[in-house]
Amino acid sequence: MAAVTVRRLWKQFGSQVVLENLNLTIADHEFVTIVGASGCGKTTFLRMLLGVEKATKGELLIDGAPIAAEPGPDRGIVFQRYSLFPHLTVRQNLLLGLEFERSRLLGRLFGQSRKLAEEKAAALLEAIGLYPARDKYPSQLSGGMQQRLSIAQSVIREPKILLLDEPFGALDPGITADMHEIILKLWEMNRMTIFMITHDLKESFALGTRLLVFDKLRHDPQAPDAYGATVTYDIPLKAKRVAASAPSVAPHALAPA
Amino acid sequence: MPRLVNLRPNRGGALALGVLPFLLLLAAYLLGSNARLADNPDDKLLPSMSSIGTTLHQYALEEDRRSGDVLLLVDTIASLKRIGLALAISAAIGVTFGLAVGAIPYLRAILAPFIGAIAMIPPLAILPILFIVLGLGEVAKVTLIVIGVAPIIIRDLALRATELPAEQLIKAQTLGASSWLLSIRVILPQLWPRLIDAIRLNLGCAWLFLIAAEAIASTAGLGYRIFLVRRYLAMDVILPYVLWITVLAFSMDALLRLLRAKLFPWAEPAT
Repeated sequence: MAAVTVRRLWKQFGSQVVLENLNLTIADHEFVTIVGASGCGKTTFLRMLLGVEKATKGELLIDGAPIAAEPGPDRGIVFQRYSLFPHLTVRQNLLLGLEFERSRLLGRLFGQSRKLAEEKAAALLEAIGLYPARDKYPSQLSGGMQQRLSIAQSVIREPKILLLDEPFGALDPGITADMHEIILKLWEMNRMTIFMITHDLKESFALGTRLLVFDKLRHDPQAPDAYGATVTYDIPLKAKRVAASAPSVAPHALAPA
Repeated sequence: MPRLVNLRPNRGGALALGVLPFLLLLAAYLLGSNARLADNPDDKLLPSMSSIGTTLHQYALEEDRRSGDVLLLVDTIASLKRIGLALAISAAIGVTFGLAVGAIPYLRAILAPFIGAIAMIPPLAILPILFIVLGLGEVAKVTLIVIGVAPIIIRDLALRATELPAEQLIKAQTLGASSWLLSIRVILPQLWPRLIDAIRLNLGCAWLFLIAAEAIASTAGLGYRIFLVRRYLAMDVILPYVLWITVLAFSMDALLRLLRAKLFPWAEPAT
């Protein structure tokens, strides 16, 4: 369950207004896609949801409570790159979230708890098609495999909200179809609320249940920083649908171990 | 004709080319030595290979008539103990403080300027202080190396820690990492290969400090021996000792490089 409410939200960096008067109500299990020109505050908005950027004015609520001021396990993130841990193998990258959760002192699991975590990670690796590559390091993977792993890594702790910052922007167009299938599959299984920034308008229509367009309403050529962007179009897309493709994974793949 | 930048020697060729400068140096030495000895058979500056061989045999394989020790062995063990202990202590200090300074901004604010200042003290300038305070024993010599090397390792590792992409650190937090878990499972493991690099780059400094300390106050050690026989102009001892130190330092460097490749394959540059 994660409904997001945004009320009269402003964000300024010094005198530069980035976002102005943002008002939104996002229902639980919505797949929100965000498009807009460069520099119009899409990423800033996502970073505020993530908790690494603070609102200048206004409110950002998750299920009615103010958002935590730093990143936490209730909000997962997939960046365009650099979010895998290069010193860990594919399997270890995936296990890390579970180890953080269940071993607060050493960050490592042993015995029975390790076995359970390994099983959960293996199921997820099957689901994203990376099981054969489980003992490779991230640098040995292709860009598409890295992003699949990064997405799986983000959902293993079952966040309420998943934030995606142009996750497929650096990938070949050919493999984005696979990626879409995986993200929709995980979205259905985990019942997360997803916010995804993209440059690809087609992708935003194909994936989202709701499309937000960020743009500046007012523009002063003498003072380009004076006005910020806001949501100019808020388009509901098709009604909540079943996952685009029949799940090829057993449902227990994402159940808590 | 391809450009020079595109011409590459094969493996054997590269090996032969790498040996070439060593052979040239050796040839130059032999020519110089021969010419001087032909002039004056008692010349001590560039001793002949045979006299170096005799001395080396005496130092490396025979027991010293006065002490009953094999001098080269005793000197090597004494020096390696000192430098090994000093590098181990420097590495421990370097990792602990490097991680703390690199990971926690408040500790960085407190410690970084201080460590930066300490690193600028020329260690040899405080060698007299060390001898006065710590006495003339092993502690002062090891401390000198640690003071010279540890601050550089700390700064290098702290720099490496702050270079890690912010995305990684944020991601770890969204996976539920505390500051502690973030430090020991994300930052620290990525500092190990850099620690080995830092030690390798500091080997030269460490040997410099070791030999300086041994030259001033010691009863055994490679640096001690060189400075002891200096007063007899015993080039037939000094030259092989310098060569031996070079071989030791070179081997340590190579060993560390192999260790890095073996332990941290993910940190090797892509081939």
